[in-house]
Amino acid sequence: MSQYLLRRLATIVPTLFFVSVLIFGLQQLLPGDPAIALAGEERDPETIRYLRAKFHLDEPLPVRYWHWASGVLQGDLGESVRIQKPVTELILEKLPVTIQLAAMAMVIALLIGITAGVVSAVKKDTWWDYGANVFALWGLSTPNFWLGILLILLFAVELGWLPASGYVSPFEDLGANLSAMIMPAFVLGNAIAAVLMRHTRSAMLQVLSSDYVRTARAKGLNERVVILKHALRNALIPIITLGALEFGTLLSGAVLTEQVFTIPGFGKLIVDAVFNRDYLVVQGVVLFTATVYITLNLLADLAYFLVNPRMRV
Amino acid sequence: MKLLAFALLFAVTSVNAQTLRIGLAEDPDVLDPTRARTFVGRIVFAGLCDKLFDLDEKLRIVPQLATGYEWSKDNKALLIKLRSGVTFHDGEKMDAAAVKYNLERHKNMKGSSRRGELAVVSSVEVVDPATVKINLAAPFAPLLAVLTDRAGMMVSPKAAEALGEKFGASPVCSGPFKFVERIAQDRMVLERFPNYWNKGEIHFDRIVYQPIVDATVRLANLRSGQLDFIERVAPSDIPSLRNDSRFRIAKIVEIGYQGITINLAKSDLAQKNPLGKDARVREAFELSLDRDAIVRVAMDGEAQPGNQWVAPANLYYGKSAPIPKRNIERAKQLLKEAGVPNPSFTMMTPTTSDAQRIAQVVQAMAKDAGFDVKIHSTEFATSLNLADKGQFEAYLIGWSGRADPDGNLHTMLSCKGPTNYAGYCKDDVEALITQSRTTLDTESRAAAYDKIAQQVQKDRPIIYLYHRHWLWAHTNKLSGLRAVPDGMVRLQGLKMN
Repeated sequence: MSQYLLRRLATIVPTLFFVSVLIFGLQQLLPGDPAIALAGEERDPETIRYLRAKFHLDEPLPVRYWHWASGVLQGDLGESVRIQKPVTELILEKLPVTIQLAAMAMVIALLIGITAGVVSAVKKDTWWDYGANVFALWGLSTPNFWLGILLILLFAVELGWLPASGYVSPFEDLGANLSAMIMPAFVLGNAIAAVLMRHTRSAMLQVLSSDYVRTARAKGLNERVVILKHALRNALIPIITLGALEFGTLLSGAVLTEQVFTIPGFGKLIVDAVFNRDYLVVQGVVLFTATVYITLNLLADLAYFLVNPRMRV
Repeated sequence: MKLLAFALLFAVTSVNAQTLRIGLAEDPDVLDPTRARTFVGRIVFAGLCDKLFDLDEKLRIVPQLATGYEWSKDNKALLIKLRSGVTFHDGEKMDAAAVKYNLERHKNMKGSSRRGELAVVSSVEVVDPATVKINLAAPFAPLLAVLTDRAGMMVSPKAAEALGEKFGASPVCSGPFKFVERIAQDRMVLERFPNYWNKGEIHFDRIVYQPIVDATVRLANLRSGQLDFIERVAPSDIPSLRNDSRFRIAKIVEIGYQGITINLAKSDLAQKNPLGKDARVREAFELSLDRDAIVRVAMDGEAQPGNQWVAPANLYYGKSAPIPKRNIERAKQLLKEAGVPNPSFTMMTPTTSDAQRIAQVVQAMAKDAGFDVKIHSTEFATSLNLADKGQFEAYLIGWSGRADPDGNLHTMLSCKGPTNYAGYCKDDVEALITQSRTTLDTESRAAAYDKIAQQVQKDRPIIYLYHRHWLWAHTNKLSGLRAVPDGMVRLQGLKMN
């Protein structure tokens, strides 16, 4: 186990280096001069010159990469030109929001997705199954922003039960926080639930037709125990990988959903930064989320150990 | 007992504490008047930072931190009398020394966006604590108007010195509200400044600005009662709002413009296309357009057709160059004379839905005269870069506007203007622009602008199309709103009934 863990950890360093070069390199391919984009409507030549010098825009690419990477190694991700805040501070400000939204969305996705997947596999070819499939298709094909706006119109404008958008810190008012987050979390969770449902269903169908499940049934075990304890546990392995990947994606920010519900998470931060060519913010956030993503993948691999005894051998 | 009294007092204040929640269409950039660059940032500054002068509903310049002014005989010095007893949010005095500090900061600070606006200022003198003298290298008529915007905003010198480049993260000014917090992309919170010089006009305790980019969501927030006021309502939402008695709509013609900039000489590309090469083709293009219909169809009627850098009602609108009527026959004839009956060109447009609609209507109209207009929808920052390099034939772009006409004209049409994407440079126009800047007399300025308008209408570096309406919606409980054409939400006098 410890050797495996070390091996996996060792791959993280070159991966992150590669990611940092990629982020930096790809950003240079973006058309548009950041100094012009950031100089505002007036585009004063003096301001443009200042921005070029401040962000080393006139220097060769490797030198610029070095400026950035050496800062990163010392824990300094730079500063947003647009709003003059350190990128680290911006990330720390958005991180709890993004984590909460991702976690709530994941809980909703797991609850709906796994339940619907199990029910649909167990009640294969019944109305339950068809219903769950229709739900999955709907979840996958409904655009987030459209569902978001519909939910706002229904629950905020018509019924007045929930706030239309915005974010309140849970430490300020937990109730207000939950009511502000439930709609965006549902919108995000709904789409992931559909994917999880399809995967759970196929994994369950495969497991339910396996020999050991037949043996368990032949032993006279309660159907509930067979499904939940014997079948589901094995079927969960691919779901864990999928869940971790989806969670990682959620942590990199949900652009449209955050935009519609005005949730100040990574998605909004990065979109604004891209459009305003606020390079250091884009680089900092992408590098951070890439690190989180890689770490989550590592954790998912480790989680196999806990659910799959064969891997411990 | 003391505790009880305190609790009661607290309860009473909480009940009376009133918050005004304003929905903005974008997230502002840095909150430092010297470095700020966005239109939306100016809306927040209206609550935070007072200026030497302000504008009224008719665009007249009125004193704010100043009480009066006087030009020297040669118009090369402006003497400004300051309001006494004004303090910044940190308790520092807002006096002549502070004004000198601020104007010098605007001029000299690295990364200042105000340098161009104050380029003509040669020095600033403190005459006495309540009088400041601004010396100019040459007479400069737009100066007062410039001081009604960010260049006229005064920040606390002590805080500016202490915070340096970080000032924008916790700005200290002398406006009606002081800065509390900003969470990027989420909200900016201000609270009442108890020592504000004009506190009788302030009826809120807190102001919360929330950037909500999507117009539908912004409106949903107003409808659900989460916001009291929203700016830039989508024109298509106006009819439904008008039928809802819970809300009021305010609108006013902007001081900016929307138009099509044509590459005349920015790069070699200009001369490769009949549109850039031949003035007759440009005239034909303009004659193919029906501005009333463009506004009606693409803007739901929520804009004012126009053909100059200021709206037709403006004092400085050149009356000798009125809006040309659509004339397809004449347009076809001009194209025939130019030897290109079916010219083709590409129009670069931003990706916003407004721009797309306008571009499509323009495309359809121009087609009637024989034009083949190709729409090249381009992400904004990229389009700016292409425009700067002259890599375009026509570019649909607007300008948020400045109070003085010079601010809408000089940077786009003077030879060395930083946003002169057309590459337009004509000696007589250049001389007239200089004349309009250096003459203080309104009539002489209007005469110069009239001549510029006539020449620009012949050359067409920019085909001006319309001036948007600033569309605001707010709860019917809010009163005292002043609709000033600069689109700023002034908090003085606003009250919740």
